Amino acid sequence: MRIAVLIKQVPDTWGERKLDLATGRLDRDASDRIIDEIGERALEVALQARDAKTADEVVVVTMGPAPAAEAVKKGLSMGADSGIHISDDALAGSDTWTTAEALAGALREGGFDLVIAGNESTDGRGGVVPAMVAELLGLPLLAELDEVTIGAGEVSGSRGVDDAILTVSAPLPALVSITERTPEPRFPNLRGIMGAKKKPVAGQDSSAVGVEGGAAGPGAHSVVTATAERPPRSAGTIVEDDGTAAAQLAEFLAKNRLI
Amino acid sequence: MSTILVFAETSPSGEVRESAAGLLGLAAKLGEPAAVIATAPGASSGAVARLGELGAATVAVGESDRAAGGAGANGALVGAAETEAVVAAVEALSPAAVLLPNSSTGREIAGRVAARLRVPVAVDLVDATVEGERITGIHSVFGGAYTTESVVDGGPFVATVRLGAIEDRAAAASPATHELTLPGDALGPTVTAAAPVAKTSSRPELQGAPIVVSGGRGLGSKENFELVGQLADALGAALGASRAAVDAGYVEPSAQVGQTGTTVAPQLYVAVGISGAIQHRAGMQTAKTIVAINTDRDAPLFEIADFGIVGDLFTVVPQLIDEIGKRK
Ligand SMILES: Cc1cc2nc3c(=O)[nH]c(=O)nc-3n(C[C@H](O)[C@H](O)[C@H](O)COP(=O)(O)OP(=O)(O)OC[C@H]3O[C@@H](n4cnc5c(N)ncnc54)[C@H](O)[C@@H]3O)c2cc1C
Repeated sequence: MRIAVLIKQVPDTWGERKLDLATGRLDRDASDRIIDEIGERALEVALQARDAKTADEVVVVTMGPAPAAEAVKKGLSMGADSGIHISDDALAGSDTWTTAEALAGALREGGFDLVIAGNESTDGRGGVVPAMVAELLGLPLLAELDEVTIGAGEVSGSRGVDDAILTVSAPLPALVSITERTPEPRFPNLRGIMGAKKKPVAGQDSSAVGVEGGAAGPGAHSVVTATAERPPRSAGTIVEDDGTAAAQLAEFLAKNRLI
Repeated sequence: MSTILVFAETSPSGEVRESAAGLLGLAAKLGEPAAVIATAPGASSGAVARLGELGAATVAVGESDRAAGGAGANGALVGAAETEAVVAAVEALSPAAVLLPNSSTGREIAGRVAARLRVPVAVDLVDATVEGERITGIHSVFGGAYTTESVVDGGPFVATVRLGAIEDRAAAASPATHELTLPGDALGPTVTAAAPVAKTSSRPELQGAPIVVSGGRGLGSKENFELVGQLADALGAALGASRAAVDAGYVEPSAQVGQTGTTVAPQLYVAVGISGAIQHRAGMQTAKTIVAINTDRDAPLFEIADFGIVGDLFTVVPQLIDEIGKRK
């Protein structure tokens, strides 16, 4: 079984994240870049299937500018067998549609039995790309799984919806998106880090993945028309509890008509 | 005026979920509101009436035994009938925009529909405006640190809308029903079991609640976490939590506030035993008033709190509940 894992390089949520006020795009130089944790968890699900000998091969797939190669490398050092890195200046500023088209283009001929993605990235937070890719590839989508079971010809798992926990299952090939309730990702060990250097990474540009014209090609596009920054918040009153703090807080809430 | 199509989520028995009210409110601001639903055969009539009350002038109905509502969810093909119904309604009504809830189901359908229409999704709107024919979506990015606006060139505006973000409500209408024929070609996993989750509390929903009380790892146990619930009830608040509290099993995952949980913007946010890691703040820092109770004077949440108490929550919170009681 071949599994593809979609990963994304994002600004580290531990730092301050910035948008370029002129373009509305991510200011990629303002923060450290890391693999999104949810992508690492998706990879963990795939690696566990390989550890259990259900899967033979795990490929990490990303779209992003040149530095996203680091994210691919991290995935390889965690244990993925190879990588696909879609990178092209023409794809800068891609919206959800172009991103999904490019990812689907890279996956289409790959012979994958299963594609695993995180349910949403921490920078875009859209949570729509996995569904778009599934639809473009004509695969059933098992979205937002908290638990995943990968079998020989089938994938299943559980998903919380409004008032129920559903058990869902589909024959392979299929696309799964996982939530952060899935297990924590492993850390790369020294052997993994050394070995990563020798693992193959296929570079693909926009025409290789069938997105002619890149982010500005024919068809519909999202365009950011304005970006504004919110002034930072400052601290208010801080009291050390001397036995009266609760009463002071109740007074503060009453004064502000909050109780 | 252009038609604005709303995907209304329904329960297995065909009841319209709460998200539809805000979506139709926004739709009425942008054009003429219409709604689309996918239900089990025969389960749509109550929903049509309800959507009329919420302002839908037209309701497009796709009935299918594959709908998530089919046979109590068991046996349904997740997302399949819903996707087909929205696409069929777009073909029938040619809307200028399609609005879906930014819920786990809503965004799944949004992605699938957009891929079929070959357009992007404008994600997580907190508002939208219209000028002539042009619809602009307004997004709150990085936990409210930025506001951005976006438009879609060259296709219908498909968008997910943050739950609880829209306060506008549409005037009631008597809806015309439009029956959809679903092609039956969409895929989806089969539901093999559906375990109902009983709603255990009568507390308000986290998203859109005017007051939120959240607890963190500082509570120390599931039993102690009850204290946060008691404070929430004293304030009539929704219950929230940090990821650490969720991971420790003190409270169900749906209570998580933050980067990867719910984003809230209440009038009052009370954080109890939460350090205020940047990923937690990303989900609550636009609250009007923030209160923090923590033993650690250096907890980052104090940097943005309007009122902070450096103290032991197990002392302060019971006293606070008393004080609130006295003032009622
Ligand atoms: C990609 C990513 C996404 C994340 N998403 C989220 C998210 O959505 N939401 C979220 O919350 N976190 C998220 N996190 C985790 C986040 O980094 C923190 O680990 C988490 O918020 C910590 O929760 P906490 O404040 O409850 O725990 P801690 O940081 O352990 O803080 C507990 C606090 O309780 C205080 N305390 C202890 N005892 C008492 C007492 N008796 N009285 C008063 N105070 C006491 C302590 O002083 C401490 O400040 C995410 C992390 C990553 C990497």
